[in-house]
Amino acid sequence: MLQIIKLAWRDLNRNRRRSFFSALALGMGLSLLLLMAAVIEYEIRSSMDTSIRLQTGHLQIRAVSYNENRSSLAWEDLVEGPAAIAVQVAALPPVSVATPRLFASGIVASGDTSAAARITGVDPASAANDPYRSGILSGQWLGADDRDGIVIGQPMADKLGLKAGDKPNVLVNTANGDVDSQAFVIRGIYSTRTPGFDNGTIFMSLAKAQAITRAGDHASAIFVLLKDRDQTGAVVAALQTRQFTVLTWDRMNALLSDTEELANSYMILLYLIILAITATVIVNTLVMAVFERTREIGILSALGMRSGRIMAMFFAESAMLALGGIALGLIIGGAMVAYFGSVGYYI
Amino acid sequence: MEVAKVEHVSRVYKTGDVETAALKDVSISIEAGEFAALVGPSGSGKTTLLQLIGCLDTPSSGRIIIAGQDVSKLNRDQRADTRRAKIGFVFQFFALIPTLTAFENVEMPLLLNGLPAAERSARVQQLLDAVGLKERTHRRPDQLSGGEQQRVAIARALASKPALILADEPTANLDTENGRQVMEIMQRLNRETGVTFVFATHDPRVIAYASRVITLRDGQVAANGAGAAKV
Repeated sequence: MLQIIKLAWRDLNRNRRRSFFSALALGMGLSLLLLMAAVIEYEIRSSMDTSIRLQTGHLQIRAVSYNENRSSLAWEDLVEGPAAIAVQVAALPPVSVATPRLFASGIVASGDTSAAARITGVDPASAANDPYRSGILSGQWLGADDRDGIVIGQPMADKLGLKAGDKPNVLVNTANGDVDSQAFVIRGIYSTRTPGFDNGTIFMSLAKAQAITRAGDHASAIFVLLKDRDQTGAVVAALQTRQFTVLTWDRMNALLSDTEELANSYMILLYLIILAITATVIVNTLVMAVFERTREIGILSALGMRSGRIMAMFFAESAMLALGGIALGLIIGGAMVAYFGSVGYYI
Repeated sequence: MEVAKVEHVSRVYKTGDVETAALKDVSISIEAGEFAALVGPSGSGKTTLLQLIGCLDTPSSGRIIIAGQDVSKLNRDQRADTRRAKIGFVFQFFALIPTLTAFENVEMPLLLNGLPAAERSARVQQLLDAVGLKERTHRRPDQLSGGEQQRVAIARALASKPALILADEPTANLDTENGRQVMEIMQRLNRETGVTFVFATHDPRVIAYASRVITLRDGQVAANGAGAAKV
């Protein structure tokens, strides 16, 4: 065996340039595949991460009867005493943040223009608000005891011609089915670079949201972020009660999860294509080598080399070429992934 | 002692329904240390007989015994093993591996036999020295003259110390001077090492070197007698 490898190695060395370019062709294919896989994986993962950070969290604890589509504010559909529950949940080791949030639908009106809004009542001090807080473009984030301030997204501000300090009217549905309205001061304008979210979401303090919607000491959900999303299952198991429903990030982002699955299937297809290309390159090299060296095969046979060993020698050459190609592919692909991972890229 | 014994050997080639007998009931015996010429016109069966003795082909009928072993019924791998252990070849067109140097070409049979590197190197140097190519060990075939290439082929044939070396028209592709040199080297090595040579030729100048001349005609032995040269 060692002898076969030695012979194969020498043969590859005899035609260094061709061996190198064959391995390089393989390597380039593999490296591009790696890069593409990394880009797709990154894009999907970052979309998911964005959605988790901005909208869904890793987990949401809700009342069993809560219907998200209706943004129900009926007390029986809400979580009672949410602050205490949030504290309990936050005490679990895998949990990074747990904070109550109240969702209500409403309208922001300024002059003769208005826009529909999803009003989100948040604990202004919670770390879960970091993505919005860090996205403040003008003005500032909500203060701890802010009773008449809101923070709105840049697209809505542009649409309504509002700026920090302006006082639009906010109409809000209430728990008893009425509509209440109040003038709020725009404390700040934020952008999370997710226009779909920024356009419709306005923030106010949870206490104010509870007051204006007549929700009392209730919240729509306990918004939970985990230190590691792979621990979702363990935390869900620890939280499961009959009183609440615990929704997980993959269920709340079903569309993205489906996209991820689709992308994974697509990647498998791509892997198969690359595999086919790789196999073709190797077979081509092998066939070329055999055709080119029929004379040599005859000589080796005359010298007493068994046909199985001659074949093994050619296979060993191909295997070395493939290994070389894979090594090159991993090096080049790894370098490209590392480069784009640190420098980034424009789409 | 017989190195090769051919007993009532026939070789028939079939092309569709047509059968062509290349050899018909040939029986010859080659003694150890002989320098035998296989002569005859084109199509007389010289190359066929060499291929059969060299285990490159199997007879349609009859027996071939090489160094005491019946090789006529061996399978392909067993024939390869026999070639590697007992037979060396010198071909008309040299049959060197073009991308290997003279040294590497001679080394190949030793590599196939699994000889350690140091022993290989010493043996190759000694053989190339014996054929007068000590200074050209690292030249590739295309950097050597025809005569030099054939000398490399002779060194390669001797590498694994075979019982028998078969040469098919070894000088047919060489000019007179190089042909003479090659024959003299073969004859010298035959005398010095005692290895048996059987060479096919129809060149009278080459036949003159033979200790025995076996003449084939139409696939049969027409004459079998002492050659001009006596060992």
